[in-house]
Amino acid sequence: MDELKKRAKELLETGAVKVVIGYEQGTGNKTRAAFIQKPEEVSRLIFDSRCVLNLAVYLNKPEVKQIGKPAIVAPIPVLRAIIQLASENQFTDDNLLILGITPESKFVEFNKLADVETYLDQHLIEIEARDKEILEKLDKMSVEERWNFWVEELSPCFKCYACRAACPMCYCHRCTVEMNQPQWISVPSHQLGNIEWHFMRAMHLAGRCVDCNACANACPIAIPLNLLTKKTLEEIKVSFGGYKPTLTGGHIMSTFKPNDKENFIR
Amino acid sequence: MSTDKRLVKKTSLDKLFDSIKQQGKTIFAPKLKNGKVNYEQVERFSDIATDYIQTTQSAKVVAFPRTEKILDYTKSKEGIAVVEIDLQSISEVVIWGVRPCDAAGFLPLSAIFNWDTKDIIYNTRLEKTTLIGFSCNKCDESCFCTSVAGNPGGTEGSDMMLTQLGDNGDYLAEIITEKGKTIVDKNPDLFETAGEIDKQKYLADVPVKFNQTEIKDKLANFFENEIWLQQSLRCIGCGACASVCPTCACFDIQDEEHGKRGSRVRCWDNCGLSIFTLHTSGHNPREYQSQRWRQRILHKFSYMPERLSVYGCSGCGRCSRACPVDMNIIEHLTAIQEA
Repeated sequence: MDELKKRAKELLETGAVKVVIGYEQGTGNKTRAAFIQKPEEVSRLIFDSRCVLNLAVYLNKPEVKQIGKPAIVAPIPVLRAIIQLASENQFTDDNLLILGITPESKFVEFNKLADVETYLDQHLIEIEARDKEILEKLDKMSVEERWNFWVEELSPCFKCYACRAACPMCYCHRCTVEMNQPQWISVPSHQLGNIEWHFMRAMHLAGRCVDCNACANACPIAIPLNLLTKKTLEEIKVSFGGYKPTLTGGHIMSTFKPNDKENFIR
Repeated sequence: MSTDKRLVKKTSLDKLFDSIKQQGKTIFAPKLKNGKVNYEQVERFSDIATDYIQTTQSAKVVAFPRTEKILDYTKSKEGIAVVEIDLQSISEVVIWGVRPCDAAGFLPLSAIFNWDTKDIIYNTRLEKTTLIGFSCNKCDESCFCTSVAGNPGGTEGSDMMLTQLGDNGDYLAEIITEKGKTIVDKNPDLFETAGEIDKQKYLADVPVKFNQTEIKDKLANFFENEIWLQQSLRCIGCGACASVCPTCACFDIQDEEHGKRGSRVRCWDNCGLSIFTLHTSGHNPREYQSQRWRQRILHKFSYMPERLSVYGCSGCGRCSRACPVDMNIIEHLTAIQEA
């Protein structure tokens, strides 16, 4: 951590960046995002296993952009999100500096996005055994049982949209749920509205979700939303050979070849 | 009426629950699910959670559900036929285990729903609700009822307040309203006479963190201040805080139409969402999160006390606990007071 702090301090002192987005101690045992703008404040930076918020979510926030060029403290899920966002033209090498954190909590600075992309080849997305087990259990259910599982899990949702707000990939200025001409998604948080919302969101993240769990961590009532996106990751493995964030990669849900088979349309 | 004090034996608590249940009332009580405690419809006394500080969501759902159909309509050549919500169909509900801050939250909520047009649906639901409060014998770092004129044994808003006298002790029952008295009248055997009992020593010690009057005065000339941006930099603009808040009352009206038939539905809304103030033109008077955060604080600690003579906060701390990015309201209000 000392190395990270030292580098963050240098970057702010030399004016190479205007803000370092990192983690700091929060209330009780919580950690939170820190926006360090003065070199003398780098001592606030921390990193440990509690730092699970995906900081990439702040890179598109207007107020954060207005501060100026940021450096971002980036453990693996943040690195993945950065590459995915870069592939969606959200930023380039010129407007972002990346202070990487390895799974061993070591500091590693990346000079350019391409280096992050290469680095991530050693850290492919792997769904945790515990979650795999749940997905397998869901797979084995009958359609009716699975439907009931999701009705039960999603029915308490009151649509605070914390899942969307915490997701770095949910940066649309106007989300589908907010479209009202026509209205695609039922707004009330009744059974249909909740199911439409969460299934739609999972589909929009298919082939983009970096499996950071930010959505499920953000949910105030602990709905296991990430099971939906994990399932899309599994499906993509079967149908498209898997997903990894790449700078030039085509996007699974928005690329096609003229000779693609269309035998899934029945 | 002056507060009548009785004693309920610890061993009689389940009998009281069963008796209320047998009278055909729907009972909502704190229940554990997915590691979170929330008010749920409870059938058995043993299903009630005991070890928790506060439910994740507030009790307001009983009078102000997150989504409720207020009318059905059918369009035809003759016009539009409307069938309004049947108020008679609203059932009698008892909320068991309401914390004092949750019960107190119904005061600002009622003030909002009655400041101009009286909201018949909300009022009917609340009239049919009996609140059985339980004093707090413990608190956490998010609790601040004592900073907003409440206290861990406060009876305001409750119909009956139970305070456990020690870790394994019996309960002091304070009968506060006619609704509370009805419960006693129907179960005379369960409510014994209580001697002089000072409940104070059994209550949690919730430290005072700020002075809300001072904050209100400060906010009168605080609209343009850099603190709003500083504090809200980490806010990601979701509606978790408003959704769990016992006093947040904003709602949206949605028409759900299927062909010529439809329903008009009232749904919770959140001032933290960017779409909340988005105009049809595309202009948004609260374009930035800092402006939305300012609105949230000003509404609760300046506009409401000014216009409705009641603060829009009961100090339950739910917003801080539910916030995915640790927007700690005590910390922010204290900073405003000190600014």
